[in-house]
Amino acid sequence: MPTNPTKLAGDLLVWLALLSAPFWLPRVGSYVELGTHVVVFALAATALNFLLGYTGVLSFGHAAYFGLGAYGTALTFKYLVPSTPVGILAGIVLGTVAAAIIGPMIARLRGVYFAMCTIAFGQVFYFIAFQWFSLTGGDDGVSGWHREPLHLGFADIDILNNSDAFYYFVLAVFAVCVGVMAFLLRSPFGRTLLAIRENERRARFLGIPVDRHIWMSWVISCFFVSIAGSLFALMNNFVDPRALRWDQSGTFVIMTVLGGMRSFWGPLIGAAIYLVLQDYISSHTENWMSFIGAFFVLIVLFFPRGVLGIIRRKAAT
Amino acid sequence: MSLLRVENVSKHFGSLVAVDGVSMIVEPGELRAVIGPNGAGKTTFFNLISGFLTQTSGKIIFEGEDISRLLPARRVWKGIARTFQITEVFPELTVRENLRIPVEVQAGYRTSPWLSADADGEIRARVTELLDMGGLGEKADRLVGELSHGDQRATEIMMALALKPRLLLLDEPTAGMGDQETYDITQLIRKLHRDQKLTIVLIEHDMRVVFHLADRIMVLAEGRTLAEGTPKEIAANEAVQAAYLGKAAA
Repeated sequence: MPTNPTKLAGDLLVWLALLSAPFWLPRVGSYVELGTHVVVFALAATALNFLLGYTGVLSFGHAAYFGLGAYGTALTFKYLVPSTPVGILAGIVLGTVAAAIIGPMIARLRGVYFAMCTIAFGQVFYFIAFQWFSLTGGDDGVSGWHREPLHLGFADIDILNNSDAFYYFVLAVFAVCVGVMAFLLRSPFGRTLLAIRENERRARFLGIPVDRHIWMSWVISCFFVSIAGSLFALMNNFVDPRALRWDQSGTFVIMTVLGGMRSFWGPLIGAAIYLVLQDYISSHTENWMSFIGAFFVLIVLFFPRGVLGIIRRKAAT
Repeated sequence: MSLLRVENVSKHFGSLVAVDGVSMIVEPGELRAVIGPNGAGKTTFFNLISGFLTQTSGKIIFEGEDISRLLPARRVWKGIARTFQITEVFPELTVRENLRIPVEVQAGYRTSPWLSADADGEIRARVTELLDMGGLGEKADRLVGELSHGDQRATEIMMALALKPRLLLLDEPTAGMGDQETYDITQLIRKLHRDQKLTIVLIEHDMRVVFHLADRIMVLAEGRTLAEGTPKEIAANEAVQAAYLGKAAA
């Protein structure tokens, strides 16, 4: 597949904007923590889009694996070892193993049945976190811990107190994750996922075991969303059951659709729009969600391919 | 050894018997047409062979192996490829990508996260070969959804061929096509049969196509085999004429 110059320019623009964010964000009246927030959610939404936009399967329960990633990290810090790498690893293992076990139970389902079952399984984890007070602190969440600076042997990076350093740490993780996802999507395996999205019956009769490939795509997607969840816990030095709840899953879907689920950078753009709107509107009114809701409805009605879809169409004409 | 032996298969949908004890033996290199009036059970019969449906009773033996209970993807791995009555392609991908997917699956790269430069080169060469064979070279980089019906159908046939099947099932390859397109597709099928020695079973309504292509013809009516034989025998068969012209003529 040849790389076209417009796409390359777009990629370059995205990376330049992300890399320079700590310099320009304060100058436009914002703050670097908002940038960190955007990158964390962009990772979650891009991971969701691996399944939604590139396999054609809608999950409404990705918050479960996001939340498990967050809880795995938080609980490791609180009860086992205060180490950032170990905490992240624990979050990834918890989220991914749960997804791998649940996957075969839902991979045969399609459409709204798949979505409903993902919500149901998601809510199971929400209620576990909510009820298991002695371990998770229930509704109060897991607090009383904080992320640790990175010790790299040759240098220490103070991601705890230096918010620019933490932003770049999150961005580095984001870069590796989206790089791997983009690489996978350009591989033979990635093309089988496109085939399933485009025409499941044709895919099956080309010798692709569709259910198994959906399961694989699901596990990959949940793996990356659990990394986002782990970063989310590190960002807040805290996690509570809302990270696992179904409305959190809905947020990922809204971000993805808002930005454009057929575009690789769509979820990033969607996450940025969502969080900037939230940040701005919520400082004026408590009802910020109604504004985002209205905006979302308009986009879905008039631009079903999201914000990046509009830009692409403009570029094509 | 026969390539395909269908032994007394039936398919019931509730009280409706769509296919009722049909048997068929296809020899390697043969081009077999399955014809019959609407509702005769032809497509259901195809769906049983390809695994889209599972038979109520009977057996399907492919290259000596019972494949009656295998899932569709596994039957593809065994060497059975098919097209559909309503063209099934990947409309938002280019012709090249449509062909590349089955080539990669066939070459065993279904779950590969990357390809070596050598493997990539081989796959590109094979895709180009298929594009040329299907007369799709000039349209290679267009989206399949934008192509004419005939070109979409040619793409679908080449996708099936990309799987290097030992048995190709074509469900009404010329359905809904104009004269020129029908001619082109017929020539393509003939080329695959003659040059590639491919065994083909096809369902077809256009009798010109059937009599032009088929080595043997099987006639289904109301789920049962009405007649089987060479095109000449079938043309002379009174029961077949009756089925096509209506009961009154019988």
